[in-house]
Amino acid sequence: MMIDHPLLGPRDAQEFTYLGDASLIDRPDWQAEDAVDQFHDYLYLRDNPAGEHRELWFHEVGDRSWLVVTRNTLTHQITSVELARDVARSRGRSK
Amino acid sequence: MHDLTATTALGGTTAEVRDFEGLRISECPDWALASLASRLGREDEVAAAAQALLGAALPGVGACAGDGPVTAFWIGPEQWMLEAPHGSHEDLAARIKAAMGDAGSVTEQTDGWVRFDLEGAGCHQVLELMCNADTRRMDSPAATRTAIAHQSCFLIRRADGHFSVIGPRSSAQSLHHGLIEAAYSAL
Repeated sequence: MMIDHPLLGPRDAQEFTYLGDASLIDRPDWQAEDAVDQFHDYLYLRDNPAGEHRELWFHEVGDRSWLVVTRNTLTHQITSVELARDVARSRGRSK
Repeated sequence: MHDLTATTALGGTTAEVRDFEGLRISECPDWALASLASRLGREDEVAAAAQALLGAALPGVGACAGDGPVTAFWIGPEQWMLEAPHGSHEDLAARIKAAMGDAGSVTEQTDGWVRFDLEGAGCHQVLELMCNADTRRMDSPAATRTAIAHQSCFLIRRADGHFSVIGPRSSAQSLHHGLIEAAYSAL
């Protein structure tokens, strides 16, 4: 499997490690009123789609950036690769 | 002062040099390294300070910059590794930190890494056995990071027949063994 790194171009999947669902970027506010409930959902509840899935990959043997990879879990086709930094910032996260 | 003996990453008192037909693999202990990362929102200040330090702009993705004693190569978004001769720049990290102030984060890297240089026409034959990088098509100079002998190494093309492999120092023997084995196989 090849991952088309947004900065470095196509790289073999052996250079990457997989973390999990890209929703991990949306870490809840620990000071919210219902923080306990939000963290329960954040930690334990995952969609398990048969089809398009957005997931976090780490370019461990490379530039060590985190990527959001959109992969079809049925075909393994990768349709989009973004820097997780850019995805987080586009959702208003800058720290 | 204690009477200590300096040893290289491979444990010798002099750098290990091995010659093959069309290739020399040499341990290069005489280089100081420090990494630099821009802090969020301070990228322009880091770029300006680095320009003064390097005499060139910080390199973009996969590139190298600088032709003075201090040179830099790109290692990740807003991150660079800086190199300089150890004899004149043993305090490289402190010098860079003094130039960057609070705008950049600087980490001493000299003793975290071992550098092996591959010089000669045979370097491509060895590197194509060892790693994913397409060394024949790399720009000169250029830098990338890839797995060599199961280790995450920087691979820098300094000139047409001259590559540097910079890998984890604690695995220097394994990395050296891998390069030597590949040279025996390929050349």
